[in-house]
Amino acid sequence: MTTTFDTTIRSATISVLVENEAGVLARVIGLFSGRGYNIDSLTVAPVEDGRGRSRINIVTSGTEMVIEQIKAQLDRLVPVHRVADLTQQGPHVAREMALVKVICAGDKRAEALRLSDAFRARVVDATIESFVFEMTGATDKVDAFIELMRPLGLAEVSRTGVAAMARGTRTI
Amino acid sequence: MATDAGGTNTETQLSGAEVLLRALKDQGVEVIFGYPGGAVLPIYDALYQQNAIRHILVRHEQAAVHAAEGYARSTGRVGCVLVTSGPGATNAVTGLVDALMDSIPIVCLTGQVPTHLIGNDAFQEADTTGITRPATKHNYLVKRAEDMARTVHEAFYVARSGRPGPVVIDLPKDVLIGRAAYVPPATTPHRSYRPNTTPDATAIARAAALLKGAKRPVIYTGGGVINAGAAASDALRRLVRATGAPCTSTLMGLGAYPANDPLFLGMLGMHGTYEANLAMHACDVMLNIGARFDDRVTGRLNAFSPQSRKIHVDIDPSSINKNVPVEVAIVADAGEAIEALLAAFEADPQTQDRAALAAWWQQIDGWRGKDCLRFTQPTARGAVIKPQYAVQRLYEITRDLGRETFITTEVGQHQMWAAQHFRFDAPNRWMTSGGLGTMGYGLPAGMGVQIAHPDALVIDIAGEASILMNIQEMSTLAQYRLPVKVFILNNEYMGMVRQWQELLHGGRYSESYSAALPDFVKLAESFHAKGLRAHSVDELDDVIRAMIAADGPVIADIVVDQKENVFPMIPSGAAHNEMILGPEHEAEAAGITDEGLVLV
Ligand SMILES: Cc1cc2nc3c(=O)[nH]c(=O)nc-3n(C[C@H](O)[C@H](O)[C@H](O)COP(=O)(O)OP(=O)(O)OC[C@H]3O[C@@H](n4cnc5c(N)ncnc54)[C@H](O)[C@@H]3O)c2cc1C
Ligand SMILES: Cc1ncc(C[n+]2csc(CCOP(=O)(O)OP(=O)(O)O)c2C)c(N)n1
Ligand SMILES: [Mg+2]
Repeated sequence: MTTTFDTTIRSATISVLVENEAGVLARVIGLFSGRGYNIDSLTVAPVEDGRGRSRINIVTSGTEMVIEQIKAQLDRLVPVHRVADLTQQGPHVAREMALVKVICAGDKRAEALRLSDAFRARVVDATIESFVFEMTGATDKVDAFIELMRPLGLAEVSRTGVAAMARGTRTI
Repeated sequence: MATDAGGTNTETQLSGAEVLLRALKDQGVEVIFGYPGGAVLPIYDALYQQNAIRHILVRHEQAAVHAAEGYARSTGRVGCVLVTSGPGATNAVTGLVDALMDSIPIVCLTGQVPTHLIGNDAFQEADTTGITRPATKHNYLVKRAEDMARTVHEAFYVARSGRPGPVVIDLPKDVLIGRAAYVPPATTPHRSYRPNTTPDATAIARAAALLKGAKRPVIYTGGGVINAGAAASDALRRLVRATGAPCTSTLMGLGAYPANDPLFLGMLGMHGTYEANLAMHACDVMLNIGARFDDRVTGRLNAFSPQSRKIHVDIDPSSINKNVPVEVAIVADAGEAIEALLAAFEADPQTQDRAALAAWWQQIDGWRGKDCLRFTQPTARGAVIKPQYAVQRLYEITRDLGRETFITTEVGQHQMWAAQHFRFDAPNRWMTSGGLGTMGYGLPAGMGVQIAHPDALVIDIAGEASILMNIQEMSTLAQYRLPVKVFILNNEYMGMVRQWQELLHGGRYSESYSAALPDFVKLAESFHAKGLRAHSVDELDDVIRAMIAADGPVIADIVVDQKENVFPMIPSGAAHNEMILGPEHEAEAAGITDEGLVLV
């Protein structure tokens, strides 16, 4: 619980378990835009088919007071079952997938392949002039890979955003 | 026996509209405020064929929502609204946001084009769920008649549970015609929405210990105490007396604690009393019950009550630590929390520092000595009426009459004078638009109050500008013989705007003069009501008495001093101890910063 105006900004990975009903994503996004909160990444997909629930993962940033506010605002939405601040709760895994298109020839081609190997990215499409790499990992690792591809002919990036959960036996 | 393709018995099935009305009836709805149109004709047809639910035909959909708000706030029940698709729904939006900001439980039924036309820019189609998503606590689009009953029951549950608010149910026309079986309210808990109302015992014990050990405590109460029901107001009285602490209230909480009690300091905030604001500034322990640290109340945040340890009771966790960080958070219903605090306060082993408390009261009485709401009413024949005096006389005359009296207001200076000079001793008697500050609220809200309390005296304290925003409802008053009294403090200005222009914009009165006003007496008469006017102080009491004595609706046009300002005033961006007192006191010009100028 905060008792002072702490101005330090932190990042938070928040998972939200919601009733899978029409408009629920619009409610969450509207909350962020309407109240001026940041969204660094947002993913949503059904996770418990039988029970009609979806999981939304949001990466956001703000002061401790703002993040506490974001969680409280999410929690009071009627179709929200549970809100978990994975960053605050402790160790968690957060992964995203990126498709990275690189257009290059000659030495650059070999270098791109070598680096993709080092990053454990997979080649999912190749032509004489191009590659599409599939890369999965933590956000900073994906960022690093994309930066490395930039001088080699980076042409296009498509990212999924973050999927996350707590390590160990803890569940949402 | 008739069966449909699915083999269900169609004779036991009803139309969607009939299911709707049955669900409303089971939810205790007795009155709907509404306005018809093509998309809701099946509902109007079903209404025509029953007697359980009364329909009040308003003259504008915004007024339907405000009327339902007045009904809800004065009874503690859920208000119900019915409007058509497209323009009907969009007209209702201001009312919905008003109810959202002030935590008023409303269920608003909106018509919609048939499901197969949704998204086709059909006639009178609007994306009602999209438009009202940020304007409601929750909303629904019913896509199948078989979902009707369950959705309506859920909507009422959501509207009244936890922090109350408006809920919209969008009803496509084919769903109103389609057939389905009725389902009674569920007895199982809601899947995901289950707000907590019971306080945490540890937090209560910590709060009680802080309160008991306090040398300069303050109890700051808000609309949440009203939301929690009459029992919470009763418990509040006991808590305040047990602690001996001074009590102040927001605009929204007036009446929860009796205004005439010596422990009450009056309203706090921008136009609150000197003693309430200075007590907030100097206290060592602050107990906030059901108030949301609104900017009208806190003033400049970094100067807000700098020395106090703060306790906050609120049913909505998002109200806690939103504007002001607190030490003890109690997420609970105000009534339950106050009862628990009382018990814990008695049980706490500390002995209260009575001497410190007495010294605190001595300091407070010093501030009270300023008599910050003082004004001077010249009494000579023909003297111009001070607006404060008009409210004061209205209060005294109605109090002496002993009739149950409800006050609604429009928005502006008159609203503040009403809050300062009309002294409420009971909850649910005061209906005002606080959060959104919607001009045009008071007349329709008064209509809703009068429907709920047919024998009570209902008065809208109005400004001449605000009243024109929903003046068409005079016609509704006439149709249903609702004897609402409209008491206009006519200063020929948008006075609140004029005041800011005088104090903050160098006296450049840009567009704030109420030009070309109607003759309110003739206006009343043309709406089949009585019109009265007081020009000067010697006419005031007679006009008030005649207004009250009239058995139908009245407009009383009270011509008041055009230049009067509302004081005290904490300018935007200033702190509680930088309050400006009025001309009755030596005007202390608090420095208004540029930062303050951008605030509203
Ligand atoms: C022209 C103008 C001037 C104004 N000047 C002032 C002023 O000087 N002073 C002032 O006070 N206001 C003023 N206002 C009103 C102000 O804008 C706010 O509406 C008001 O201060 C909010 O009141 P509140 O904090 O009691 O909260 P409300 O809006 O009434 O909110 C109630 C709070 O209680 C909680 N709650 C709801 N139900 C329960 C329950 N059962 N148990 C516990 N908690 C519950 C809610 O979650 C919420 O946090 C002014 C408005 C206008 C239009
Ligand atoms: C719908 C709406 N529009 C504009 C405002 C801004 N506003 C606040 S008070 C006010 C003037 C109200 O004038 P009047 O009703 O005469 O009341 P007075 O302040 O003179 O008592 C205005 C324009 C508002 N609150 N609501
Ligand atoms: Mg005016």
